[in-house]
Amino acid sequence: MWFACLGINLLIGVFYSVALIAPASSVKSAWLPGKTTHGHYQIELDCNACHDPSKSEDSMNASDVMQDACIRCHGDQLKDVDTHPAKKFNDPTNAELLATLDAQNCLSCHAEHVPHQTLSMGLTMPADYCWHCHKEISDSRPSHRGMAFDSCATAGCHNYHDNSALYEKFLDDHFGQPDHLSLATVPERDTTSGLSGSEISNTLWPMPASKINDADHPKSMQVDTTLLRDWAETSHAAAGVQCSHCHLPDSNGQESVTWSDHVPMETCGQCHERQVDTFIEGKHGMRLAVGLSPMTPARARLPMNHDAAHRELNCNACHNDHRFDTQFAATDACLQCHADDHSLAHVNSPHGELWRDEVLQKRVSGTGVSCATCHMPRLTDDGGVWVNHDQSANLRPNEKMAREVCLNCHGLEYALSALADEDLVRNGFDAEPSKRIESVQMARKWFLDRSTKRRKKP
Amino acid sequence: MTISIRFLLACVALMTSGLLITLSGCSNSEASSSTAGSITPRQFADGVHAVMMADRTVYATHVVTNLKKQDAPVTADEYWQDTENAIPLPAQMFRMGAELVDENPEAGFTYALRSKWPLNEQHKAKTDFEKEALDFISDNPGDNFYGEEELGGKKFFVAVYPDRAVAEACWSCHNDHPSRGEDYPDFAKDDVMGGVLVRVPM
Repeated sequence: MWFACLGINLLIGVFYSVALIAPASSVKSAWLPGKTTHGHYQIELDCNACHDPSKSEDSMNASDVMQDACIRCHGDQLKDVDTHPAKKFNDPTNAELLATLDAQNCLSCHAEHVPHQTLSMGLTMPADYCWHCHKEISDSRPSHRGMAFDSCATAGCHNYHDNSALYEKFLDDHFGQPDHLSLATVPERDTTSGLSGSEISNTLWPMPASKINDADHPKSMQVDTTLLRDWAETSHAAAGVQCSHCHLPDSNGQESVTWSDHVPMETCGQCHERQVDTFIEGKHGMRLAVGLSPMTPARARLPMNHDAAHRELNCNACHNDHRFDTQFAATDACLQCHADDHSLAHVNSPHGELWRDEVLQKRVSGTGVSCATCHMPRLTDDGGVWVNHDQSANLRPNEKMAREVCLNCHGLEYALSALADEDLVRNGFDAEPSKRIESVQMARKWFLDRSTKRRKKP
Repeated sequence: MTISIRFLLACVALMTSGLLITLSGCSNSEASSSTAGSITPRQFADGVHAVMMADRTVYATHVVTNLKKQDAPVTADEYWQDTENAIPLPAQMFRMGAELVDENPEAGFTYALRSKWPLNEQHKAKTDFEKEALDFISDNPGDNFYGEEELGGKKFFVAVYPDRAVAEACWSCHNDHPSRGEDYPDFAKDDVMGGVLVRVPM
């Protein structure tokens, strides 16, 4: 009996010890102190993603190591847009406020493994947190008098980290817009300007277009003619991207490297660097970013199609075959896996109908609304128009989407109202918003009141 | 407590050039490597204040006012980031500079704008010490206010200097501003509109 008890205890001890030192895998779940948030569960079995002190400075304590991990992944996302950056509270006069709410520590508001106190956006602080520092707001903004303590951060009003679509001047600038703009179209995608990476900086680019007979696969290899034709008729061949560029990525003319049917994400990144970089920042690719196996629908918390359970999320999951059909990738690829109400409603929604018309060429390019239109937006910067492959980026929280996407086709008040309407989001925006967000009207009134207060020049 | 003159010179060189993040490079310069001894916190505060006020005066006088005089299409605007042909207001530029210094772990001090009549709530006095300082520089034109303050368990040497209306753009904008309270004074040239606060940890 005693030997049995000892043996069982020993086995338990061995199991937990092995789990502790094992690389990221399901055995690590033994050490999970509680369910992780929807933003981190994908990587929860890699404890080191958040708790590895070797990734931080030696002097850092456990809390600082976690804070450091937050910044490694989210620092750039918040750069230049964060309305409450930690540095804002460096002024020593904030010491008293920080004692009430340490706004310089991500973990003050975003603790992990505490599902019983986790709200939307991974918030683990009571939702009236704004009040602690802004309790006198009604003095400067009389319109805010009587508003509930926990109503500040609801969609359409304020966002603690990113108010770029919500601050008063932006709201006022978009006052009076019609719900549906007469010119409703998203920016035209520019494949060439969307390219970046080590191969693009190679002086050989651009290269002459390749034709079907130029394909440089090994002559001994049997190649499907459909596959060859797909390649020859699309962008890769037009840009001179040969079979060897993807299937012998490190060849550099050396014959010793083995041909591989599987093309790794890193190879895609040699020309599509920003797309790959943003892909691994989002929920689709974040497991790859920490060295885990690819995300699969089986691991998802959202409803997914059962027959897609074991599909692996990498570049090929959406850009498959050799045609790399971006229209397919924009909606059909998503619906291979996603089976939640919002996704399923898209096909028959007004947005879905516009998309179908664009695919059928009944409407001009850019007027349809695919899944990617909203969740992988076309962003314009100095380099041109490119597609952000972090499909989570404008959902933190969703009013970020208003500025990046919705305003291409809708007025701001309409967009914010629709994004704040949970039923409308669920049914794929199949109707008008049930309630209008007042912030645009409030901003206009505030500026009008200000203009009457401004003294007239003699 | 003393502070190295080498550090002061480094800060002066930095702020004048506007290249705050190049602190280490500047501190290796020939000038900053002199062994001129040490200075008191008050001398240090007076020195960095002299530089920041020089920059502030030049920006308000020769940049913002000049743009206004020329009816240039470029204007100083509170919402400059999302407004075409706009540059930051002088007070915003001052605050952004303060934020850069604040981010620099080698800077060793912080500074800020404060006023009894702030157009931006962030610039009102935050502590009793700051209120006392603003009252003093307002009641004693020409004098600075020096003292020590304890915040969050840390001691600071604090110097508060009068912030004067140096350019027409300053007082005309403040006097006509819709955010001004009814009890705000009408400012004219050289009036004390607020204070510049330099805080040095002890």
